[in-house]
Amino acid sequence: MPGMEPLHVLREQLVSGALNAVDLTEAVLARVDAVDPELNTYVTVTAEQARQQATQAADAFARGEVHSPLQGIPLAIKDNICTKGARTTCASRILERFVPPYDATVMQRLQAAGAVMIGKANLDEFAMGSSTETSHFGATRNPWGNAEYVPGGSSGGPAAAVSAGLCAAALGSDTGGSIRQPAAMTGVVGLKPTYGRVSRFGLVAFASSLDQIGPLTQDVHDAALLLQVIAGHDPHDSTSGDVPVPDYTAALDRGVEGLKLGVPREYFVAGMNAEVEAAVHAGIDTLCQAGAELVDVSLPHTPYAVATYYILANAEASANLARYDGVRFGFRAAEPADLSDMYMRTRAEGFGAEVKRRIMLGTYVLSSGYYDAYYKKAQQVRTLFRQDFQRAFADCDALLTPVSPTPAFRLGERLDDPLQMYLADIFTIPMNLAGIPALSVPCGLTTDRLPIGLQIAAPPFGEDVLLQVGAAFEATTDFHTLKPDGLPAAREGDRYGL
Amino acid sequence: MDYECVIGLEVHAQLLTDSKLFCSCATTFQAAPNDQTCPVCLGLPGVLPVLNRQAVELTMRTGLAMQGTVAAANRFARKNYFYPDLPKGYQISQFEEPLIEGGCLDLEVDGVSRQVRLNRIHLEEDAGKSIHGENLADPDKSYVDLNRTGVPLMEIVSAPDLRSPEEARAYLQKLKMVLEYLDVCDGNMEEGSLRCDANVSLRPVGAETLGTRTEIKNLNSFRNVQQAIAYEMERQRDVLENGGSVVQETRLFDAARAVTLPMRSKEEAHDYRYFPEPDLVPLQIEPEWIDQVRQSIPELPDARRQRFVSEYDLPAYDADVLVASRAMADYFEATVELFPQPKIVSNWVMGDLLRELNQAHHSPHEAPVTPTHLAELLRLIDDGTISGKIAKTMFEDMYRTGRRPEDIVAEQGLVQMSDSDALREVIEQVLARHPEQVAGYRGGKEKLLGFFVGQTMKATQGKANPAMVNTLLKQLLP
Repeated sequence: MPGMEPLHVLREQLVSGALNAVDLTEAVLARVDAVDPELNTYVTVTAEQARQQATQAADAFARGEVHSPLQGIPLAIKDNICTKGARTTCASRILERFVPPYDATVMQRLQAAGAVMIGKANLDEFAMGSSTETSHFGATRNPWGNAEYVPGGSSGGPAAAVSAGLCAAALGSDTGGSIRQPAAMTGVVGLKPTYGRVSRFGLVAFASSLDQIGPLTQDVHDAALLLQVIAGHDPHDSTSGDVPVPDYTAALDRGVEGLKLGVPREYFVAGMNAEVEAAVHAGIDTLCQAGAELVDVSLPHTPYAVATYYILANAEASANLARYDGVRFGFRAAEPADLSDMYMRTRAEGFGAEVKRRIMLGTYVLSSGYYDAYYKKAQQVRTLFRQDFQRAFADCDALLTPVSPTPAFRLGERLDDPLQMYLADIFTIPMNLAGIPALSVPCGLTTDRLPIGLQIAAPPFGEDVLLQVGAAFEATTDFHTLKPDGLPAAREGDRYGL
Repeated sequence: MDYECVIGLEVHAQLLTDSKLFCSCATTFQAAPNDQTCPVCLGLPGVLPVLNRQAVELTMRTGLAMQGTVAAANRFARKNYFYPDLPKGYQISQFEEPLIEGGCLDLEVDGVSRQVRLNRIHLEEDAGKSIHGENLADPDKSYVDLNRTGVPLMEIVSAPDLRSPEEARAYLQKLKMVLEYLDVCDGNMEEGSLRCDANVSLRPVGAETLGTRTEIKNLNSFRNVQQAIAYEMERQRDVLENGGSVVQETRLFDAARAVTLPMRSKEEAHDYRYFPEPDLVPLQIEPEWIDQVRQSIPELPDARRQRFVSEYDLPAYDADVLVASRAMADYFEATVELFPQPKIVSNWVMGDLLRELNQAHHSPHEAPVTPTHLAELLRLIDDGTISGKIAKTMFEDMYRTGRRPEDIVAEQGLVQMSDSDALREVIEQVLARHPEQVAGYRGGKEKLLGFFVGQTMKATQGKANPAMVNTLLKQLLP
């Protein structure tokens, strides 16, 4: 079945003139029209703006001007990244009509690079979730598995859009696994950069000390190209690192010969899906055969990851979401009796159940008398996670682990069981707590033909190592080239030559 | 039972920065509502704060000047509460790790020196302003002006070292003076650049432990501080003497009735849920930076007062008045530089200048009479060109018009008559017109000399050189 070509292939075609940027965007928009009513990957399709940007890109190509590898490339942007003039909803009723008067730093960089934004992609409300089911605009469906499964989350919209060919690549955000877990579940590549590698300015905050924007792409090469554009210090984000950005594509051909790859024993736990475990082990073997040396390592605090995360993330979220009060922007409850009625009803009616649950948990752990027992303790444990990784990286260059203990689950299956839902992030949360970068690459399919992901993690600012290992894995496997089958509308793509 | 009053003050001082604490918006007072705002201070989704280094520097200058310690590593915290003029739903402040720890301020109350310890000085952003009621488009609605949101404040927290309303007032006055000297705050209480909350409790004289305290908010003048504390002392004394106990609560001062009223009790107190601000990295302060800021500390009022006494030989009273404001002391010194007779300059500055300044509500640097003009005027008196009496009138003219003294002298022909022949002629005429008084003087009424001086001055429109008039009169009268 023909599908969307990877970004780096489209780029060659655009540069050579074999493909016109306007035709490409029109084809993508048509495919979105055909496919998205079923998948619901986009909250808002910004067709008009996309056409303008595509025309500008086409004109530039026609003049022989090529500014960046992203020129004319159609992208999906997770709808928690602020886009000037295009509504940014965070998939919440409370921001349903919020149109930012400014662009996130990453958007400024994408625009300067000549990229085309197809639309704002769906997510769990305020990026709080692991299935993209808590969106005010309805769940996104996984293009795989006959659209009966969740795409993972919270960047389920961008991941599914990349998987279904509704864009060439996408930007997501990852607080506890929100790029990597949906990437694994939809068979695409997802990269969570080091905390501070990419500016958070304009990313609507969920948990400020954990959030990070990163690429979702069809292969590792594309991830390198997209990261190259968005990475780097931003004076508007005090937590962004003033660390030079290396040439990421240079890392792609290095191979893994001589690299030491650590396999943390705590990441293969009882109760995890056997097919996932087998596929990840097979992936590890593949890299071993490609010349890497495997090292057994231990990350002893792994069992405390979920508890630590849900204290810290929710504490920060409870403050970050206080600004949605109905006073200045966004939803306000009708006919409030007084100020406190306005606050209470605006927030009760504007937020969904999961967001309210987290605000309440976060408020609780910061409350007088509980702060030391929860928040402070969790901060101390967080330090232990950093030390775990520091020790492990003393013995190896990168780590190999599963992304999620299970493949995609069915829609609705875990919605009423928050704990089960939270456990979907058990292998991705530690990297956010430690602030280190990690990559998810497709490494197999279950017998139900659901994608499985292999996670690669590296020391801070070691994105080039992730890309090096990921590219080496793709060089000897073809999982990243697999496209979802049985997607009825995907056949529509034929008409547009995709 | 005799009670002792224990008072601690929390003073919020608006820093004289060019821009807000976490964004580049201006901080000008009285701009049109919501004109000085941007996505960052409006708390729009996705924005991030960037710390203003100038605000850190001004706070460091304050702390160092008051003998505090700059914390090498300190951080910001979020103080969470809901209010319409608090856009983010939290205020970025400092909690467990303030920028400045310790410090002290020396006061003199009724001639007795006291040292008041400081607990800390921390940096925080101001909230906006809610406006209720009349004079607005819809009197039933409340409006919010966010111009002030994000303006940098430093909160200076004293130890509970103050013992009377008078001491509290003296502390605040001294603090204001020091802040002005440091050029970190304009000290304008009416515009809210300097605001004060007071913690007040009573305990039996001799007791070690502190009594239950109340916090009084909204004290926006020296008078209010003194009155509110005095009222609160009496109120707490009544409660205790009637066998009751003081309730820990926040009270509001009603300036119109000079009473404090309950605002919220301990049970209703906010749980601010402070936690470290994750959008800002901990602030590391290098020793070099501290040294650099230390160099920027100007001479402070106490040192300057001593120097005025020793260097210029001024009476202590003069030195006190002159150093009360840095601008006044600067004006004095600039004038002395040009006209090195300190006591004469002091008299003019404390007298004529201060009177005009008060009438015009000017601060010294706004005075139309500059130190240069004043020095020129004093030189004209000194070299006998004009009389002291003329100079007084001229000073008023100079203040009104901003003109130089030489120009006024030339235009109005105010040059002093020092020509003895001409003066002799005038005096002879005066004596001829007043034969009775001349007889009286010669008969022993020596007081009449003043009468003749006055008549001579009158006849010369005040231009006669008084010393010469005296001499000539004594020659001509006997």
